[in-house]
Amino acid sequence: MNRQLYGKVIFDLSKPGRRGYHLSGAGCEDTLSSLPASLMRSAAPRLPEVDEPTVVRHYTNMSTNNFGVDTGFYPLGSCTMKYNPKINEEMAALPQFAALHPLQPIFTAQGALKAYYELQSLLSEIGGMAEFTLNPYAGAHGELTGLMVIRAYHDSRDDKARTKVIVPDSAHGTNPASAAVAGLQVVQVKSLPDGTVDVEALRPLLDETVAAVMMTNPNTVGIFEHNIPAIAEMVHACGALMYYDGANLNPLLGVVRPGDMGFDVMHINLHKTFSTPHGGGGPGAGPVGVRAGLEEFLPNPRVKKLEHEGQTLYYHTDEPSALGRISSWLGNFAVELRALAYILTLGREGLKMAGPLATLNANYIKESLRDLYLLPIDRVCKHEFVFDGLADKSTGITTLNIAKRLLDHGFHAPTIYFPLLFHESLMIEPTETESIETLDEFIAVMRDIAREAKETPDVVRDAPHNTPVRHPDDTAAALKPVVTYFQL
Amino acid sequence: MSKIYYAESHEYVAVDGNIGHVGISDYAQKALGNIVYVDMPEQGDDVAAGEEFGAVESVKAAEDLMSPVSGAVLNINEALIDNPRLLNEDPMGNWIIEVELTDPAELDSLMDEKAYAEYCAGL
Repeated sequence: MNRQLYGKVIFDLSKPGRRGYHLSGAGCEDTLSSLPASLMRSAAPRLPEVDEPTVVRHYTNMSTNNFGVDTGFYPLGSCTMKYNPKINEEMAALPQFAALHPLQPIFTAQGALKAYYELQSLLSEIGGMAEFTLNPYAGAHGELTGLMVIRAYHDSRDDKARTKVIVPDSAHGTNPASAAVAGLQVVQVKSLPDGTVDVEALRPLLDETVAAVMMTNPNTVGIFEHNIPAIAEMVHACGALMYYDGANLNPLLGVVRPGDMGFDVMHINLHKTFSTPHGGGGPGAGPVGVRAGLEEFLPNPRVKKLEHEGQTLYYHTDEPSALGRISSWLGNFAVELRALAYILTLGREGLKMAGPLATLNANYIKESLRDLYLLPIDRVCKHEFVFDGLADKSTGITTLNIAKRLLDHGFHAPTIYFPLLFHESLMIEPTETESIETLDEFIAVMRDIAREAKETPDVVRDAPHNTPVRHPDDTAAALKPVVTYFQL
Repeated sequence: MSKIYYAESHEYVAVDGNIGHVGISDYAQKALGNIVYVDMPEQGDDVAAGEEFGAVESVKAAEDLMSPVSGAVLNINEALIDNPRLLNEDPMGNWIIEVELTDPAELDSLMDEKAYAEYCAGL
């Protein structure tokens, strides 16, 4: 792994008058002079002045600063950083897809619409839902869309008193945030010591003011919520709907279906479960599925199939819908193509292997480290699990120190200080795509760090030692962020 | 001499007569880590016992602030706007809001210093 940091900013490389292209004599001057003055800027933009080789070298060198799943192990809990097969990229890059215009006539884009329709159908089968919309751009966007579907459903029945959404205290932060953005009030329900939702604490919260209960299964501590059927029955009895946060769908893929568990609405993170690239803020995709009876509340446009006299036509529709649009068009189409490539490459039997292997890998790491790290929930986990820091609390070494020390060994840090159920959460998710050699290497390093914490704690406390940037002041960065060159 | 009461949600209120200064405990600031933002109500707003009156954001998490008492906000600690780290440096010395208590009987349901220390030890 490259430990050298390329630390230049492109403005540092700027030389007055330096150009990549000279457009003089190409007729641009005439065009510019014919533009009305009101559309012209009064001062030149502050752009760097550089030649083409400098631009290419700058960005190529910058790309070597990156750490990703293509450079090393990335056990970031709750994020499912599985390997992204390169065939996905090849399919998405096919010019027949990549060069499409969103508004070209549908009879010239039948292949693309068919791919889109196929993915809608496959996700519906995998989720146990009646129909999926692929429009939402990310997981949280999917949550918001799903909650708007639920609101539209209650409104259609003139059941307007339902303004509350119940979320477990272990939920991803996006759940309460999405509920608030959807104009609903958040009510928290607590977890039992084993990390699952407390059914008895939930029961008294359920009444005619509840719109939905949002749940993640397996939950954020990696434990399967075995009470879902009973919870679904209680929730439906009070007239509310069950929302499935698909963030942790990976271990259940092809094994259990949220629709069969009693969920009414769900989203899927294609960038997690279906191996499309993520990190750094996108692009993602958060398709939303609904059970039969809720299809009419899905947003537009929707892609449909028409069969007539042996001919098939795929088309998009803008039928009247309570929701209208939640995205500018059909969603992140290139991401959707990658997910379709992943499903078709693995096939039915291959997909069913992902969850069990992810579960095996997580339990393998957990069992190999539980003598040195505190395991607050001692159960078979699914695809991820949480340690509450080191078992030996006398060393004073924190989860943050451990995470930083892992960087010295070329591993991405696990998720830290989430979930909020424990003080020193260290959340590890290896995914199914890692070999036993990688897992063993990670386990050996984690054991070494625990030993160092006892014998040479300063080495851990002062970590990282080998990274290009060592101790950024993250508080100052949050308080006074420097986001452009001109703030330097 | 003010008397200090604590809520289970880790806010304190230091009471002197019918005036209370509300802040977060040392336990809370340690659990949150470096605090980067404090969202406060405005002078003249009403706060209610057990209800949210603002939020603190740290590099680790964001948490709602729950008022331990009911009353009107007489003052807010404006120093926290530019320097939220004061809550880490001296949480007991840097209250967040000053409240005129409307129902001093509410204090009976809060914990004193000793009970709060025992409560934290059990977490």
